[in-house]
Amino acid sequence: MSQIEFKNVRHAYPPPPGQAPVYAPKEASPTWEDGGAYALLGPSGCGKTTLLNIISGLLTPSEGSILFDGQEVTQLPTTERHIAQVFQFPVVYDTMTVFDNLAFPLRNRGVAEARVKQRVTEIADMLDLSDRLGQRAAGLTADGKQKISLGRGLVREDVNAILFDEPLTVIDPHLKWQLRSKLKELHQRIGMTMIYVTHDQVEALTFADKVVVMYDGGVVQVGTPVELFNRPNHTFVGYFIGSPGMNVLPCTVDHGQPVFANTRLESGYPVDKNLSGKLEIGIRPEFVSFSDDGIPVAIEKVEDLGRYQVVTVRHEAEQIKMVVGEDQAIPAQSPKISFAADNLLLYRDDWAVETEHA
Amino acid sequence: MLKTTNQKAWWLVTPVLLLVAFNAFIPLMTVVNYAFQETFGNNQFFWEGTTWFEKVLRSERFHDALGRQMLFTGMILVIEIPLGIAVALSMPRKGPWVSVCLVLMALPLLIPWNVVGAMWNIFALPDIGLLGYSLNSMGFDYNFTRQPVSAWMTTVLMDVWHWTSLVVLLSYAGLCSIPDAYYQAAHIDGASPWAVFRYIQLPKMKRVLTIAILLRFMDSFMIYTEPFVLTGGGPGNTTTFLSIDLVKIALGQFDLGPAAAMSLIYFLVVLLICWVFYTVMMRNEDQ
Repeated sequence: MSQIEFKNVRHAYPPPPGQAPVYAPKEASPTWEDGGAYALLGPSGCGKTTLLNIISGLLTPSEGSILFDGQEVTQLPTTERHIAQVFQFPVVYDTMTVFDNLAFPLRNRGVAEARVKQRVTEIADMLDLSDRLGQRAAGLTADGKQKISLGRGLVREDVNAILFDEPLTVIDPHLKWQLRSKLKELHQRIGMTMIYVTHDQVEALTFADKVVVMYDGGVVQVGTPVELFNRPNHTFVGYFIGSPGMNVLPCTVDHGQPVFANTRLESGYPVDKNLSGKLEIGIRPEFVSFSDDGIPVAIEKVEDLGRYQVVTVRHEAEQIKMVVGEDQAIPAQSPKISFAADNLLLYRDDWAVETEHA
Repeated sequence: MLKTTNQKAWWLVTPVLLLVAFNAFIPLMTVVNYAFQETFGNNQFFWEGTTWFEKVLRSERFHDALGRQMLFTGMILVIEIPLGIAVALSMPRKGPWVSVCLVLMALPLLIPWNVVGAMWNIFALPDIGLLGYSLNSMGFDYNFTRQPVSAWMTTVLMDVWHWTSLVVLLSYAGLCSIPDAYYQAAHIDGASPWAVFRYIQLPKMKRVLTIAILLRFMDSFMIYTEPFVLTGGGPGNTTTFLSIDLVKIALGQFDLGPAAAMSLIYFLVVLLICWVFYTVMMRNEDQ
């Protein structure tokens, strides 16, 4: 087990002739602490899988270097890095039994047969595969096969980290929950570094201690789920995390206060007067409420989601989503809204403006 | 429940029935006709029962031809299948060389059988052919028209040259259909190149290889034109395979009865071997 460090790593697949290479990831320098449970979250095509393959050595980055515990491994082949990786679609060795499949990574490394048996039994128990160990792997259903893939990732003891590349895509929802909590439980038991790639925020937030959000090939924020919710570093994190996502509204700054819709907004922190660039305020729908006095809006849509209601309102061109408690009344005439001062964030060119007490 | 009985739909299958009848069943039945009777021309037939079958099955000539045929087919399968897989494995999976390789591989398959025979005949001539002349000048005593070993070597080599490509193309198609994730997973699992071949590539190629072996088996078991042009079945009878022998009996000696009986036995042998092989290969597939 070790700490994994990236130094200015970026990668581009060979571009079509005459075009500039597109880097994904571009300039990623995250550090993965030993024993952490990380989720790598981002939309499809932002370079998540590439980043994983760079860690495991399936891919050599075009630039930069990777360090395991301070040691350079950029040029080391996969087998010498001691990384386990589980892929999005199940990979099983068709001709082998379930047992042999799970034993394969151990046998390849010359682990003693008694130990192999012990490990495989243990892992099979955990994944509910015990009663199928003698069966041919080819005969299993998609989720059975994916469990084998997971098992092959978990069975080794010598690994530096286990990487999961959207491993639960093919598994049905009910089993997904179970397996995810199994992984979480396992992480707490053995304390191995785990990096879990997903584009599903619920999956990321429930699995990880720390979530790494990627956008457009770059890492935009690394933080705990609470940090990502309360202080998104980038407007993308704002709308990608949370349901519905954060409201991002154009604003100006006047005398150290953000101004939206001709209304000076109270904010939790003093704003530099000389800000320039594209300025926006970010406010989570949870922190928008109806008030007697504030920004006049028109109500467009009310969605009742049971425990709460999502109300879409409009002020001129801007649409604002707000979360209103089930028991709260929605004003029928000339509604006005206000924003909670402590949760109002300011963004310049999509990046959060540094605050003194954040 | 009232159900109208309407048999008119049977008319819809008549075209295919007619096609199969004229294409396969009736010709086969004329062969059956000859196999159980004796004829002296004039459309006069005399019932002979199983005489011809007994005669063929007991004849040493048939045993010898069948033996040679088995040996030949066995040899070319043992050479072509591993060689084909090896070539397919070493072909590039992407890049500009893919199409070059594919075209090169497809070339021998496009040449007509008798041309292949003629080419190799000239190529192997001991006095002027490139192969024959080179072998002789290197000190090998090589003459495919006189020595059985030379004749066999040339025939096998010719078949390998002509048909290995088919195995290559089929194996290559099988290899290309393996998703990258399998290789990546094998890498992560620390599999050796041999393990990758044994546990990923070979199992994934199983279906195409089954087809390749079946095709090569059937074609080589029925081979006629190439050895006929190359060696004419000689020297002596040493390269007289089943088809060549059959033609000699039917058209050379005009022994229609034994020839018909032999055709049926020949046909049943091919059918039986194909069926057994396919059943054995596919027994675990539907799980």
